[in-house]
Amino acid sequence: MANEVVDHGRRRFLTATTAVVGGIGIVSAAVPFIKSWEPSARAKAAGAPVTQSLAKIEAGQMLAVSWRSLPVFVVNRTPAQLATLPEVDSRLVDPKSNGASAGQQPKYAQNEARSIKPEWLVVVGICTHLGCVPNFVPEIKPEPFDPNWKGGFYCPCHHSRYDLAGRVFSGVPAPKNLEVPPYHFVDDTTIQIGVDPKEAG
Amino acid sequence: MANVFTNIGDWVTERAPGMMPMYRAHMTEYYAPKNFNLWYYFGSLALLVLVNQIVTGIFLTMNYNPSAAGAFDSVQYIMRDVEWGWLIRYMHSTGASLFFVVVFLHMFRGIMYGSYKRPRELVWLLGMLIFLVLMAEAFMGYVLPWGNMSFWGAKVIVSLFGTIPVIGSTLVEWIMGDFLPADATLNRFFALHVIALPIVLLLLVVLHIAALHEVGSNNPDGVEIKKGPKGNRWDALKPSDGIPFHPYYTVKDLVGVGFFLLIAAFIIFFAPTFGGWFLEHDNSIMANNLVTPAEIKPVWYFTPFYAIVRMIPSFAGTAVWGVLAMFGAIAVLFLLPWFDRGKVKSIRYRGTGYKVALGLFVLSFFGLGAVGAGITAEVIPEWFGNVDLTTYENAFGRLMTLIYFGFFAFLWAYTHFGWEKTKPVPERVTTHD
Repeated sequence: MANEVVDHGRRRFLTATTAVVGGIGIVSAAVPFIKSWEPSARAKAAGAPVTQSLAKIEAGQMLAVSWRSLPVFVVNRTPAQLATLPEVDSRLVDPKSNGASAGQQPKYAQNEARSIKPEWLVVVGICTHLGCVPNFVPEIKPEPFDPNWKGGFYCPCHHSRYDLAGRVFSGVPAPKNLEVPPYHFVDDTTIQIGVDPKEAG
Repeated sequence: MANVFTNIGDWVTERAPGMMPMYRAHMTEYYAPKNFNLWYYFGSLALLVLVNQIVTGIFLTMNYNPSAAGAFDSVQYIMRDVEWGWLIRYMHSTGASLFFVVVFLHMFRGIMYGSYKRPRELVWLLGMLIFLVLMAEAFMGYVLPWGNMSFWGAKVIVSLFGTIPVIGSTLVEWIMGDFLPADATLNRFFALHVIALPIVLLLLVVLHIAALHEVGSNNPDGVEIKKGPKGNRWDALKPSDGIPFHPYYTVKDLVGVGFFLLIAAFIIFFAPTFGGWFLEHDNSIMANNLVTPAEIKPVWYFTPFYAIVRMIPSFAGTAVWGVLAMFGAIAVLFLLPWFDRGKVKSIRYRGTGYKVALGLFVLSFFGLGAVGAGITAEVIPEWFGNVDLTTYENAFGRLMTLIYFGFFAFLWAYTHFGWEKTKPVPERVTTHD
């Protein structure tokens, strides 16, 4: 039956509702495609937490652990090395890690030693400048790149320097302190990298 | 024989009557201004390079293996074992760099002659979209050989998105599909590089040309031939200063094509890496997530934009400002038709202030390129001795950044407040006889 009068209001309503329903459908259908770009189960499994025993790391030594294909430096700092940390404060960009580097460590590692237990430093060994891997230079002795060297990390790419808590020196290209990954102590001599203490229960 | 072709032609025309009119509208009866000069070669050359990239790209995919384990080796396989594989790859890699050469010149032409101005704003916007997609296409293509510079370039560029507050790190993981550039990253970049972006690119090119033919081409004098006298040798109603695109400009473009192919062939055969500018030396080493190249720098065509990221310091605990400035450097180009309020199009009749500003703008683009490519890091110690490199480089780079953005600010003020003293624009193109 042909209507003599076109009901424009009804027509607009039908157009609008069709557009809205169709739009919701398109957006919903897009979700799986967008989600497919997230790290896959395999990638997540490869990025799973890593458990590492500390028993064999002597005082003053460093071990590089692979976590999510990133080198994680685990350092057993001696009391002498820990004593150097306050000495270099004045030469650092952000000694308290509460400025530019506020996001570079979990809250539980936001302290002078940047660690849960002072002697154990756990940092991602990736320079915050452009992602090179810095060298571990632990001896407290003058170095060609710094006559007042107190031990720390030295990046060969663009000469960024960090102290033994992974805190960056001023006047180098790197803007931030080395990143501290989430980690916790499973027991006195074992850490798990990738899980915060509270998540671990 | 001729009869057979006529019959086939008639048969098609009867079933698709719109085809001949379309051909005429865009070729034999598209009247372009008769005063095109050398600068007008680069549009058709860009089209030529696009065809080259598609054809060589298709043949590269036939031997390329898109996986983190096999990509690097498969590229070496193409270079050494596939018959003529080296030529096809060098045509593709040289084509990528030459694409940016002709596109930069094409864009400069548009700026210089005011081709972005009313009524051609849409042509300009579509062109800018092409530029944007081309940059994404080039970046993803650069990752595919999975050399060490591919890997670290991908890491640094994707990390740019990590500077966005709150969502940054999640976004980076989403783009890479892993915690570092990996198999998943390489595979999706391959899919985007060979299918998704080329389709978008082709569509945009069609729209760019369609939008251009709707309003007609600008010319070095910046006068509207459609507003000039009517009547030419072919049509009494069409502009007197127009000539049919085909055969006049197709033949002219062929000369450009010949010259361009000569240069391209020279590069492909004698300097395919172009001294490390077209193919970086560090990319001859396989990707290694534990060893970084001594200096991570992008390919030359990204260096001006990359330099802007480096020159903007972090502020309020975030480095997002540099990234915003880099995208801003492209955004201001999009908005050029609205920054420039001047009515006079061509540089030939514009004020001295405009000419100086445009000169400085080009200078800043090269200056930023020098910073991004690490040229300043080499020459500053040579020229000034043992000085603090960072201070000198930042001072220079920030000045260049300021000039880059200053061009747009100046252009707006210069034209908005009527400071520009223009010369009289002729009624017709200057070479109309």
